[in-house]
Amino acid sequence: MDEKILSKFFDRDDGHKLEVYEDHGGYDAARKAAEMSREEIVNEVKASNLRGRGGAGFPAGVKWSFIPQETEEDKYLVVNADEGEPGTFKDRQIMQRDPHQLIEGCIITAMALDLRYCYIYIRGELKFTEDIIQDAIEECYDKGYLGEDIFGTDQDLDIYTHISAGAYICGEETGMIEGLEGKPGKPRIKPPFPAIVGVFDAPTLVNNVESIACVPPVINRGAEWFANLGVEKNGGPKLYGLSGPIKNPGVYEAPSGITVRELLESPEYGGGMKEGKELKAYIPGGSSCAVLTPDELDREMSFEAMREVGSNLGTGCVTFVDQDTCMVRLAARLAHFYHHESCGQCTPCRDGTGWSAKVLDAIEAGRGRHEDLDLLEDMTGQIEHSTICALGPSLTFVVHSYLDKFPEEFEAHIEQGECPFPSWSLDDTKPAAAE
Amino acid sequence: MALQFSTEAEDQFQTIVSRYPNNLAALLPVLMLAQEEFGWISVEVMDYIAERLDVSKSQVFSTATFYTMLNKQPVGKCHIQVCTTFSCALAGGYEMLEYLEEALGIQAGETDPEHNFTISEVECLASCGTAPMFQLTTSDGEIEYFEDLDPDRVDEILEDLNDRLDELPDPRDMH
Ligand SMILES: Cc1cc2nc3c(=O)[nH]c(=O)nc-3n(C[C@H](O)[C@H](O)[C@H](O)COP(=O)(O)O)c2cc1C
Ligand code: SF4
Ligand code: FES
Repeated sequence: MDEKILSKFFDRDDGHKLEVYEDHGGYDAARKAAEMSREEIVNEVKASNLRGRGGAGFPAGVKWSFIPQETEEDKYLVVNADEGEPGTFKDRQIMQRDPHQLIEGCIITAMALDLRYCYIYIRGELKFTEDIIQDAIEECYDKGYLGEDIFGTDQDLDIYTHISAGAYICGEETGMIEGLEGKPGKPRIKPPFPAIVGVFDAPTLVNNVESIACVPPVINRGAEWFANLGVEKNGGPKLYGLSGPIKNPGVYEAPSGITVRELLESPEYGGGMKEGKELKAYIPGGSSCAVLTPDELDREMSFEAMREVGSNLGTGCVTFVDQDTCMVRLAARLAHFYHHESCGQCTPCRDGTGWSAKVLDAIEAGRGRHEDLDLLEDMTGQIEHSTICALGPSLTFVVHSYLDKFPEEFEAHIEQGECPFPSWSLDDTKPAAAE
Repeated sequence: MALQFSTEAEDQFQTIVSRYPNNLAALLPVLMLAQEEFGWISVEVMDYIAERLDVSKSQVFSTATFYTMLNKQPVGKCHIQVCTTFSCALAGGYEMLEYLEEALGIQAGETDPEHNFTISEVECLASCGTAPMFQLTTSDGEIEYFEDLDPDRVDEILEDLNDRLDELPDPRDMH
């Protein structure tokens, strides 16, 4: 893609500064939004086909329209900057390199829905981005872009950063709300949805960093322009994080709906697999999405196309897996992740993830039995549909898809009594650890 | 001695509290601040925070024990947190961990007897495209990411850290 919308400043050292942002038309969208009615802004976002970029892909404009209009209460915006889905590393780039695009997005969102306070919920490990965002917020207060009657409207808005302290589950929107209230991040039973009863019991909009960063371009250049950059129902440019043993891992901006093949193979993006590596599988949008095989490389990166093959676009950060990787070990590693991060409220998740990890470890170590494969499928199947949030069911998708796509690898472990793959030493370009 | 924030930390405490409609909401950032100030989150620190925010001790305890970055035991002056999740596992995260374990003579989850280094294995740190990587938290409250690592780079980083050890406070002595 020639023109960069979301990643304009990713190569610059000074893109986080207000001055630089304004030199490139920054805050023009906020000025424009200030002249629009609330309804016009919401309609524009609806028509832009902007889909939530945090993983679930809910249409942003539709979610916005759930926020009640006539209420005396102060309403809240919570920006999900808890980026923690394994394989995902895109929001961090915006936070670090282009905080004003995020802040301008918050301003327009607040104008559209009369949101009085905004918290940017940052994962504790990314504390260094908090300082950058905080400086940008202060620049905005100095200019009068935040505070009372912003941009000549009667909208008041205060934005604060909130630092978390290490818990993947706080990425789930109601876990996040609990964390923001100072409690353990245990997801809430829905309904009520955050739009009605959110943080401090007030109506709350939760959106991902990248979703909010898309709002200024939508307003600046119009919904139609934005929608046309993507494909049907998936508007706009998108940030793709590419990782695994490929030539050029990194974050790239490309249209919604680009094919996985282009992302992997084009010299502009991934540049292909590393020398000597052959593609065995890919996971399209973070570890919680079902695994896909190379015959699905021409699939487009849209929510619909990925759902057709039982996976998910997720966060749009693709992890590529090469032929030397043991899929049993990868599944086992992920089972440990979900078990570690389970908040413990729902027994099927708390115990099911732990038992799955044990069974997968046993198979990986060559101690598995043929019955274990049915046991695994059954056990992880019981997690789905029986939990408060989607963390536990993520392991269902992982295990079921790995079993379904790579049954011969599981069988080989059981028959040979050991793992037929080399250990994790996958990157030949780096010298091995000291012998 | 009864605990007390330094003047600078007290200012930060006041700023944090002013951002929220109630004190409980300030708990996570205040616990992060307390860890910077007091080295680790002991029961004594939790009691102090409960008193300062006027929230119950059990509330502070249940929140503090839920979040993995809050150390309920003192760690070393340099806490090296190696990501071995998904993309990092595919790109040498485990080799990096082994290399560090060997270089420092301790295993993941351990602290050396001098309390200079702790190694932990952690989950995805949003650095998957620059794997292998680790996060370094030093006892002066700095958090830094080191990415695209190889053994030479790790040696360099450890050397720099060894030079800084004298300036860094021992978390055990910070309260
Ligand atoms: C276990 C779990 C972890 C999640 N982690 C994140 C995350 O790190 N960042 C994020 O934006 N959304 C995350 N989500 C999705 C959020 O719940 C929510 O859908 C999203 O923040 C809404 O924003 P969007 O509509 O703009 O995508 C997670 C969901 C679950 C179930
Ligand atoms: S599914 Fe797991 S993480 Fe989600 S609420 Fe239940 S126990 Fe907690
Ligand atoms: S998997 Fe290690 S940083 Fe994401």
